[in-house]
Amino acid sequence: MIEVKDIKKTYKTGDVEFEALSGVSFTIKDGEFVAIMGPSGSGKSTLMHILGALDKPSSGTYFLDGKDVSILTDDELADIRKDKIGFVFQSFNLLPRTTVLRNVMLPLVYDGIEQKERENRAKKALLLAGLDEGHFLNLSNQLSGGQIQRVAIARALVNNPSLILADEPTGNLDSKTSEIVLATFQKLNKELGRTIILITHEQDIAEHADRILFIKDGLLEERATHIKKIASQIIKHI
Amino acid sequence: MKNSDLLHETYSALSANKARSGLTMLGIIIGIASVIAMTAIGQGAQNSVSASIQSIGANLVMIMPGATRSFGGPSGGRGGAQSLTVADADAIASQVSNVAGVVREVSSRAQVVATGTNTNTSIVGTEASYLSVRNVAIDEGSFITSQNVTSGEKVAVLGPTARDDLFGVGATGVVGQTIRISGAEYTVIGITVDKGGSGFSNADDIIYIPYTTAQRYLSGNKYLSEIDAQATSSDASTQVQNDITDLLLSRHNISDPTKADFNVLNEASIIATASSVTGTFTTLLAAVAGISLVVGGIGIMNMMLTTVTERTREIGLRKAIGAKRKDINKQFLSEAVALTFIGGVIGVILGWLISFGVSYLGILQASVSVSSIILAFCVSAGIGIIFGYYPARRAAQLNPIDALRYE
Ligand SMILES: Nc1ncnc2c1ncn2[C@@H]1O[C@H](COP(=O)(O)OP(=O)(O)OP(=O)(O)O)[C@@H](O)[C@H]1O
Ligand SMILES: [Mg+2]
Repeated sequence: MIEVKDIKKTYKTGDVEFEALSGVSFTIKDGEFVAIMGPSGSGKSTLMHILGALDKPSSGTYFLDGKDVSILTDDELADIRKDKIGFVFQSFNLLPRTTVLRNVMLPLVYDGIEQKERENRAKKALLLAGLDEGHFLNLSNQLSGGQIQRVAIARALVNNPSLILADEPTGNLDSKTSEIVLATFQKLNKELGRTIILITHEQDIAEHADRILFIKDGLLEERATHIKKIASQIIKHI
Repeated sequence: MKNSDLLHETYSALSANKARSGLTMLGIIIGIASVIAMTAIGQGAQNSVSASIQSIGANLVMIMPGATRSFGGPSGGRGGAQSLTVADADAIASQVSNVAGVVREVSSRAQVVATGTNTNTSIVGTEASYLSVRNVAIDEGSFITSQNVTSGEKVAVLGPTARDDLFGVGATGVVGQTIRISGAEYTVIGITVDKGGSGFSNADDIIYIPYTTAQRYLSGNKYLSEIDAQATSSDASTQVQNDITDLLLSRHNISDPTKADFNVLNEASIIATASSVTGTFTTLLAAVAGISLVVGGIGIMNMMLTTVTERTREIGLRKAIGAKRKDINKQFLSEAVALTFIGGVIGVILGWLISFGVSYLGILQASVSVSSIILAFCVSAGIGIIFGYYPARRAAQLNPIDALRYE
């Protein structure tokens, strides 16, 4: 269960301050599949980093499973990331010159899990993310963009997180591959009951979610407003 | 994070950039090798100095005339100081305890002629006990006997160098021949064993004659130029030195010890002085080598800082997927320690090889001590920790998002 109350995030570059999030509040229940949409630079990734316990809000509170994450220390945040969260980054961030298998096993290294068990779980996660077994021992720089994306997803799944966050996981995939990736997320959500939050630009991908959150200029817009806009546009066309 | 993972990460990180790791390690290798080699050479020098002093004779207490004389070998032209007598030597032999032997000596330099060859060498007038007290052995013939001394016979025992100078290198059949010292004829009765040229002066370029003969024909007076006493053990040598000083002060009627007309030198204290000189020398060498080790350490730090910067994104990712500060800290620290440790091992081997080479070439008998090896290991690991600490801490404190954004 995610409870976000009036979260603000201000970035400081030199003397200039920039408010990327200006007071966002929402609740996401366990097992929900939520999409976040919004124009570029609206603060989606910023919000996602806070939800993923990678960054702390400048003000406001974030309760994850009843625990206030916004006041935890660095190492406590690291534990939350390790135990509860799987993150697919907008820029994937695989370790260079490292095999696919090792990349996916990496989160388990910090969990102190045995080598054999690590391999089993990494292979399972890779198959679930839809990567062919033939690529498991490729180095990360010997993969196509779509394959990299699936490795990044597999790495997010390998520690059996209850919350999976994905920042534009279908960003540079063709529509067919996007479908496969999306199906993976739906399977994780429907069959394994994982909470999934996904950022996307594409309306038809967002439609797969139970709910859509719209962000603009660091503020949450009601879905209704958006629908009204579309409706009014449609009406104009008519 | 398990230790096996740490080891694997360290190995793959260091082998990913072999040239850089190797060059950085080279700094440590050179530092450790020079520390090992320098201390070994210094220790070797110290040993050889002690050994050459000991070759003068064991537990020796030397009494020389004259006040505050600086330490040096006996010389012929000893100015005026005539204070030691045969009676002094007799008193030392009979009244001081723990004395194993006493030698009376009258030294000078003189012109020596044999079969037309001419040389100027040092003539030591002495007696039979010289052999045991001054650690000299006879190669051929015999040494001066007490009979020779009492009758003041003109007999001579040649050092091997004096023999070579007078009769040709390695000449045989010298015993029984005649030489002329300051114009008087002497019969050669023996040749001593080669002592080796090491030491302060060549101990083999010498001719021994009875001290009574030397007093009569060379110095022309009844004084001695040196008395040597041998203490029964090295522990007793200080006591022997003190007792002789007291005895001679009272015999010479001197109440103020600073005005003594003689000087008593203890071999043990000479060795101690010489050791402290070579010890300072060794420390100096080691310090210079130590500086190169510190420079090597700075190289490690430089490399680690570069590595941390290069791998900022990787660090960000590791933190993002659950690595704690201490995991990152350990990873980078172990890279630094691995570099210095491997560098230390190679450095010890290289330092040992250098010491071995120095000994093998006969320059000096270098001696590598176990303690310097253990010290080198500890120092190299310590350098890894000290110089790796700051870069590792910097890596560990990176914020995951900032690190992931780093280009
Ligand atoms: N570390 C930072 N320092 C300063 N400004 C930042 C920083 N990170 C983000 N911003 C700013 O915050 C705003 C929101 O950035 P964010 O990455 O959240 O956008 P986004 O909605 O994910 O955009 P996109 O769809 O293009 O990925 C941007 O204007 C960006 O310039
Ligand atoms: Mg973004």
